[in-house]
Amino acid sequence: MSFITGGFSGRSRERDERLPPGQTLVGDFPVLSAGPTPEIDTADWEFTIRTESGEHRWSWDEFMRLDIDEVTTDIHCVTHWSKLGTGWRGVSLDTLFADVETEYDYVMAHSYGGYTTNVPLDELLDGKAWVAFEFDGEPLDPEHGGPARLLVPHLYFWKSAKWVRGLEMMPTDEPGFWEQNGYHLHGDPWKEERYW
Amino acid sequence: MSTVQPSVAAPRTAWHVAAVAETRRETPSAARITLDVDGWPGNLAGQHLDVRLTAPDGYSATRSYSIASSGDGSRVVLAVDRLPDGEVSPFLVDELRVGDRLEVHGPLGAYFVWRPPTDGSSGRPVQLIAGGSGVVPLFAIARAHAAAGDPTPMRLLYSVRTPDDAFFAAELAAAQAGPAPFGTTFVYTRRAPDGDDAPVGRISRERLATAVIAAAERPVVYVCGSTGFVERVASWLIDLGHDQRAIRTERYGGT
Amino acid sequence: MQHFDGNLLAGPLADLFAFDPTAARARCNGCGAMGELATALVYRSGAGSVARCRVCGEVLLTLVVADGRTFVNFTGTGAIEIPSGR
Repeated sequence: MSFITGGFSGRSRERDERLPPGQTLVGDFPVLSAGPTPEIDTADWEFTIRTESGEHRWSWDEFMRLDIDEVTTDIHCVTHWSKLGTGWRGVSLDTLFADVETEYDYVMAHSYGGYTTNVPLDELLDGKAWVAFEFDGEPLDPEHGGPARLLVPHLYFWKSAKWVRGLEMMPTDEPGFWEQNGYHLHGDPWKEERYW
Repeated sequence: MSTVQPSVAAPRTAWHVAAVAETRRETPSAARITLDVDGWPGNLAGQHLDVRLTAPDGYSATRSYSIASSGDGSRVVLAVDRLPDGEVSPFLVDELRVGDRLEVHGPLGAYFVWRPPTDGSSGRPVQLIAGGSGVVPLFAIARAHAAAGDPTPMRLLYSVRTPDDAFFAAELAAAQAGPAPFGTTFVYTRRAPDGDDAPVGRISRERLATAVIAAAERPVVYVCGSTGFVERVASWLIDLGHDQRAIRTERYGGT
Repeated sequence: MQHFDGNLLAGPLADLFAFDPTAARARCNGCGAMGELATALVYRSGAGSVARCRVCGEVLLTLVVADGRTFVNFTGTGAIEIPSGR
C-alpha cells in the first residue's frame, strides 16, 4: 500500500487526452541536467556534421543565413512531464543534411560540455528534427540549452540534446550518455520506451 | 595526521514512518520540527535523513534534511528553511501539523559526521563554519560536543542575514556558557544587532582569517551551507593554509 | 544549474549497498584525484544524479532511479575503498 502524505500535492500537474501514456501537463519548464551549464558565445559557436568522408561546418552567422522554420510542437520528458504547443525557431535537419552524403544510418549528437545522445538518421529527417535557437519568441536560455539545442519532439526530450555542437554519423546504433546509464536506446513516448 | 576518528559504527539506515510530535517557528522563514520515528536506531551528529512526500496521484518528491539532534532515542529534530520556489520546504514549514506522518529514510551519511573522542582525550580542535541553514548539522555537532563534556576546543563561525534568522540562538549561547570549550562568532550579512559594530556584509577571506582557528593549529573543519558559500569558504581555507583533507563540506545547492 | 555534493547520494545508494558509499574513497579515472564520494559535485534532476570529479569534472558515477528499479554506473572510478568502521 502506498503511503500518501496528507495535504501534499506538489507542483501543478494535469492529465490531458493528447498526452502519451504516463505523462502529465506542467506549467513550468523543468530543467534536467548532467553537469554545469556551458557558457558558449555565439562568436565561438560552431556546428559540425561529421561523416565517414569529411565534415560540414557552420559558424553562427552562416547558420543564421539558412532557412529557418517556425515550429509548434508538443514535448515529452521521460520524467513524466509534457508541454503542449511549445513554440520554437530553428534550422531543419533536412536543410543541414541537404548536401551531406553518408552510408551510415545512425547519429551521435555531441554537445558542448560532453553530453551525447544517439538517434537513427531517418528519425532526424523528413521534418522530424531541428537545431533550435529560440523558444517562446526569445533566444534560447543557456539553462534550456542555448545558444542552440537539438529538437526531436517525437522522442523523449533527453534526445533533444542541449548545447548541441555537432552530429557524428555511425554505422551502428551506439548508446549516448543517458542510454549507457539506464535509458532506452530509442525513446518513443507513445510506446513508453523510457528505460532498458 | 588522519582525520578518521575512532570508529563507532554508524546506525543502520532504513525507511521509517515518522509522526510529527512538535512543530514551531524557529525564524520567520524556518520551522523546528520534532519527529517521533518508530524504530529509529539513533544517529551520529552531522547525519541527515531524506523526507519523501507522496501526493494522492502517486507523485512523490524526496529532499534531504540535516538532523539537528544526535544520540539514541526515537526523537529526531529538524530545522527546515522555506525555499522561495521550493516544492517540499513550504509544505514542511507552513502546512505540517502535530500528528501528521512522513516517510523518512535514515540515518544517512558516514562522511559529514563528528564523534567525540572516546578515550576522554582532546582531539584536534574543530572549526565549524555555517552559512544560513547550513548550521543545522553543525549545531548537532556542537550539542553532541557539549553533551559529551568533550575537552576538544570547538568554534562555530555562523553567517546569517540578521539576528532574527539565527537558528538555535538560545542553545548556542548555552553551549558557549557550558563546561565544554565552545564559542560562536556571528557574521551578519544584512543587519547586525543594535550595539554590534562588527562589519555587516558577506564574509570575506580577510574576515574569515580572523574568525577561524588558525591553520597552524591544524583544526578539523566542517563547512555547510549553500553551494556557493561552501565553495567560496573552502577555497579561502586552502589559501589560508588549511589542509584540504582536514576540511569536510556539505553543499545545500544554490549559489 | 545548481549543484550539490556526494552527501546527497547517501540515501539513494543506501538501498543498494550494505555500507554508505559516500564515505568510500575512489580515484578519478580522468585525473587521478582521490577523495570520498561525498566530495564529488552532484548534479541532480528528475533524469538522475550525476557525480563529477571536483577537480576535473569527469563523470564518476551516475544514478538513475527508474520506475521500480535503480541503475548505478561507477563509470569514472576504479576500485572504491570502503572504510571498515563497524
